[in-house]
Amino acid sequence: MPLQVFAFELYISDQPNDDGTRLTVEWDPLPPDDLRSIDPEIYSLLRSESPDGEFTSIDIVSRLDPSRRKIDENLATGRSYYYKLAYSDSTISWESNVAGPAAPEENWYNRSRTNVLIGILITGAFVGIFIILGRKGKSLYLRPIAGLNAMDEAIGRATEMGKPILYSSGRGKMERPASIASMNILGSVAEKVASYGTPLIFPNNDPVVTAVAQEVAREGYTKAGHADLYNPDNIYFVTDSQFGYAAAVDGIMMRERPATNLFFGTFEAESLILAETGNSIGAIQIAGTDSSIQMAFFIVACDFVLIGEELFAASGYLSGDPQVVGTLKGSDYLKVIIIIMILFGAVVGLLNQEWFVNLFLTA
Amino acid sequence: MRRTFPILVCFSFGMTMLVQFFVPSKLSTDAYNEITNWVQIIYAFALIVGVVGLLKYHFSRVSRRERGWFYNLVTVASLIVMSLLGFIGGRGDGGSFMWVFNNMMAPMQATVFSLLAFFVASAAYRGFLARNLEAFLLLFSAVMIMFGIASVGNAIPPFSDIANWILINPSMTARRGIFIGVGLGTIAVSLRVILGVERTYLGKE
Repeated sequence: MPLQVFAFELYISDQPNDDGTRLTVEWDPLPPDDLRSIDPEIYSLLRSESPDGEFTSIDIVSRLDPSRRKIDENLATGRSYYYKLAYSDSTISWESNVAGPAAPEENWYNRSRTNVLIGILITGAFVGIFIILGRKGKSLYLRPIAGLNAMDEAIGRATEMGKPILYSSGRGKMERPASIASMNILGSVAEKVASYGTPLIFPNNDPVVTAVAQEVAREGYTKAGHADLYNPDNIYFVTDSQFGYAAAVDGIMMRERPATNLFFGTFEAESLILAETGNSIGAIQIAGTDSSIQMAFFIVACDFVLIGEELFAASGYLSGDPQVVGTLKGSDYLKVIIIIMILFGAVVGLLNQEWFVNLFLTA
Repeated sequence: MRRTFPILVCFSFGMTMLVQFFVPSKLSTDAYNEITNWVQIIYAFALIVGVVGLLKYHFSRVSRRERGWFYNLVTVASLIVMSLLGFIGGRGDGGSFMWVFNNMMAPMQATVFSLLAFFVASAAYRGFLARNLEAFLLLFSAVMIMFGIASVGNAIPPFSDIANWILINPSMTARRGIFIGVGLGTIAVSLRVILGVERTYLGKE
């Protein structure tokens, strides 16, 4: 069977912005016109470390793949590689020209993320400036947030009724920003409940969050001057099973009948199970989550809901710490910039210009 | 010192991960994978602490014969039995651990999950009461989307078109607004933690 070599080009290039282990292989349309009658759909992509050495098949290529592109991974940094495409059956065998050499290069800066870096620098600058202003004692106005204003009322109600307050941070692990925000809120809540002498129950879904929550609550009770009222048995790990946790918290609600339920953190499908059970026992409920889907469930089942960034603003709002408040003001000004960019982007988009949208693309 | 050291650790790891995001080199990706493994190891130890805390909590309730102490005993017994089944017979298919999981744990979890259907109905009833204009608009949108997505309504062009328009335009617009807010809040919290401005999560002074 004769071997035919067709002179269509393969193009080998280093994959940009990587750890030096990838090469990109691109090729002209397949097959050439004179091969269309054979019409094979699958070809082999072959690789070798020398042009005359043995080529091994590393992947298959579909003629129907419109990208005409493959990324070869797990290569040795700096080593040269050669590539060719091949097809063989009982009637014909053909190969492309050998392409190469090409060697993958290690990159130390991901240029495709420059826009993210600029965004972080701008954000950092705004936040930094307002932290400094907060340290200098400049008065910074924060708009009222209904859910946080109602916190005192909710804690007071539980105190008057002589019932406990139930706190849940949902299913988030400690590394999630929503869990960190939840712990910050817990600090303020613990301080307030300690001064009123109201029990705080916090069944937990994650052992790390449990350990942090115990420390945060203890600190809150100590700050309020009632360290003796802190009961570590009220903040405990239940299970890491999603619906096991939902069942446990529902059971606690039905048995302990808390007057106030506070849901702050990352919630998933259990959100409505918890909030509806709380609603059925007549508890006043305040919730905040970073999930827009669960937020909708909380809105119909809870009395107050922190929307969007309000969850992350809560600790500064409740503690009044000028440095934390400074960061909130910084993000408020960033919102103004984002709104201006959205309006500008809408105008540019109407003019059918894509360059502005492309500025925000990342790889 | 009790707070300075954790803040320094937090700052150095936070900055490392931040820089790592922009550096694609092998050293950087190896460091990322290594740190991610550390997180898993820390979590494994924390799980032991959690289980010890769980046993302590339930044993103390049993020993004090508090209300419902029998259920605390069931929890402890279940934990011990499942641990023994896992350690002795392994967690492979066909073992007693998986049998208990598939025939007891999974149905119980499915039971709790299925409650969601009833809770959605009761929450929707309260949420969709047309008490004012906003509530009426919510009710109208919900009805249109339910008709438009359900099999019968989807076949009727006005319902499916209206449902799609609501989902793609006002609904997506509102969600993107929330996403931007959550994104900004996340950055602000992260910066506060990395820079040591936010310290509540560290506990004791």
